[in-house]
Amino acid sequence: MSDAVNQKRSSRTGSSEGFDEVLVDVRDLKMYFPVTEGVFIPRVVAHVKAVDGVSFQVFRGETLGVVGESGCGKTTTGRCILQLEKPTSGEIIFYGDDITKYDSKQMIDVRKKIQVIFQDPYSSLNPRMKVGEILMEPMKVHNIIPDEVERQKRAKYLLNVCGLASAFADRYPHEMSGGQRQRVGIARALAMDPEFIICDEAVSALDVSIQAQVINLLEDLRDEFDLTYLFISHDLSVVRHISHRVAVMYLGNLVELADGDELFENPMHPYTNLLLNAVPIPDPDIEKTRAHEIIKGEIPSPINPPPGCVFHPRCPMAVDNCKKEIPQLREVKPGHWVACSEV
Amino acid sequence: MALLEIKDLQTQFFTSAGTVKAVDGVSYTVEEGETVAVVGESGSGKSVTAMSIMRLIPWPPGKIVGGSINFDGKDLLALTDDEMRSIRGRDIGMIFQEPMTSLNPVLTIGMQLTEPMIAHLGMSEEAAMEKAKKLLGMVGMSEPDRRLAQYPHHLSGGMRQRVVIAMALACDPKLIIADEPTTALDVTIQAQILELMKNLTRELGVAMIIITHNLGVVARYADRVNVMYAGRIIESGVASDIYHRPRHPYTLALLKSVPRMDRQREAKLDPVDGQPPDLTKLDAGCSFRPRCRFAKDHCATSFPALEDIGGGHTSACFEKDNLDKEVKDVVG
Repeated sequence: MSDAVNQKRSSRTGSSEGFDEVLVDVRDLKMYFPVTEGVFIPRVVAHVKAVDGVSFQVFRGETLGVVGESGCGKTTTGRCILQLEKPTSGEIIFYGDDITKYDSKQMIDVRKKIQVIFQDPYSSLNPRMKVGEILMEPMKVHNIIPDEVERQKRAKYLLNVCGLASAFADRYPHEMSGGQRQRVGIARALAMDPEFIICDEAVSALDVSIQAQVINLLEDLRDEFDLTYLFISHDLSVVRHISHRVAVMYLGNLVELADGDELFENPMHPYTNLLLNAVPIPDPDIEKTRAHEIIKGEIPSPINPPPGCVFHPRCPMAVDNCKKEIPQLREVKPGHWVACSEV
Repeated sequence: MALLEIKDLQTQFFTSAGTVKAVDGVSYTVEEGETVAVVGESGSGKSVTAMSIMRLIPWPPGKIVGGSINFDGKDLLALTDDEMRSIRGRDIGMIFQEPMTSLNPVLTIGMQLTEPMIAHLGMSEEAAMEKAKKLLGMVGMSEPDRRLAQYPHHLSGGMRQRVVIAMALACDPKLIIADEPTTALDVTIQAQILELMKNLTRELGVAMIIITHNLGVVARYADRVNVMYAGRIIESGVASDIYHRPRHPYTLALLKSVPRMDRQREAKLDPVDGQPPDLTKLDAGCSFRPRCRFAKDHCATSFPALEDIGGGHTSACFEKDNLDKEVKDVVG
């Protein structure tokens, strides 16, 4: 891997919050999954366009939230960055190199720097391993701490950092609650001293009272270890709380990207608008006065997305041109990017 | 008289780890046509209460060990299994969280929709099909004729939940119990489904119990709210009282711990500390005590009774009059 290339903030999808070193640069990412027919001689009959030309940058130290409904491609985007999927096309630039071109050996170094926290702490921890072993395994595999005793020390340190007593190292995942397990998942991600963590619905499976604890932990760790997060979630209020910038995805496309406060106060894309409108606010008096404008219809199939703007069949502002022309992401205000020709 | 009156309901599970008091003396009423929310976290007993009303607690290990459930003048706990079966799906409809598991994958939508009408109302197949078509139209599904011949796997999650709602409405029930009806759905589909449920229940005058952990959903749709913690109702009242004048530390803590879209972003969330209690190891005191910021010594001696503090607003807390400072933080 080449040395850190201090790319200065480019004009493309840039930030305005003072983060100016690009850590990850995703360029025109496409991930098409083949749909096959036939058992013995499978042939490709179509493609699921899970991610269809997405570009964005993640700046060092920031939290970039990615929101959208199921099937919008937010998780696939995260998996592509981790190289858990080989993208159909596009580039993912990390430290000046396109990691989509890396082989599995080259990826080993990248994996130390990019870690992931999954949604379900039940299925992402090995039930046959003690928590201590779960935390020590990556250190052993990557040979960062060759000494067993040192590894144990570090595992306990990580548990403490994540708000768990050292004694948890001797427990199995099934002996812990969901919130405690998610803390183990976070400790495991930290074991490698990563720079970039992809949080894929990391707090979605947790109860309300526990969710706030884990969100606070993630924020503390971000400050303490200078972490950068890609925070993928369907929960808009959580994303608003934790993110510096927020990207909205719909049907494999990035439709809007802006600073968090700007996006939530001044949403420009019709989809973002309707999405925000759909989130109920925990106050009955406010709810009584809100106009509950509801998005018509359902998300179209990503196998055969609508021509032109993918949102046009459900869009209240759609005009004839939207059926033909694919809107490009453009900077409407400094740092506020929208893919809609009617804005 | 109330449509549904639950009194001192106790449901327990007898497991190898000990007796789990999943529902421990729950009482509430549902009037005709009103929407009552039951809010709480996993393990608070909200779903077990609903399953107890339907008498669907599996034995072993579960059993309703005390209390009474009066529905429409009948004591549900005194009915025979056959009598209960004639109420389930007819007078009381149910909507569950995961529509795929509450629909039979190998039967067409038409067969599943008409079955309760043929069984409960003695309708002919043709008449039931006609009504099924009307129901699908009511729940906002296009081309009802084609839908009736389709199987659940042909439909999206939102469409399946619409079918489940149509099934719940098929026999003109008096009460619908909806257990996390939109938790598995996306926000925009959630908004569609909740709007539909609200309009239908108001139009048809059906009462509804909506069980959820989502405080926003409750604020949008419920008339009255019961907050549950560790098997008990700890606060209840009309929705605006619960949200603007919470009188139990747990309700207060819940309201404070969720990030809100309508407020300025705060630097830090204010979470509820600690973990929910182990239901096999509850002591005599208040079960929220270990996590409570207002706890005093007397909270350990006995469980506070649910007391009326005016206007149908009740709270089970010894310190309920001393929460003012923090309430101001929440209400603003």
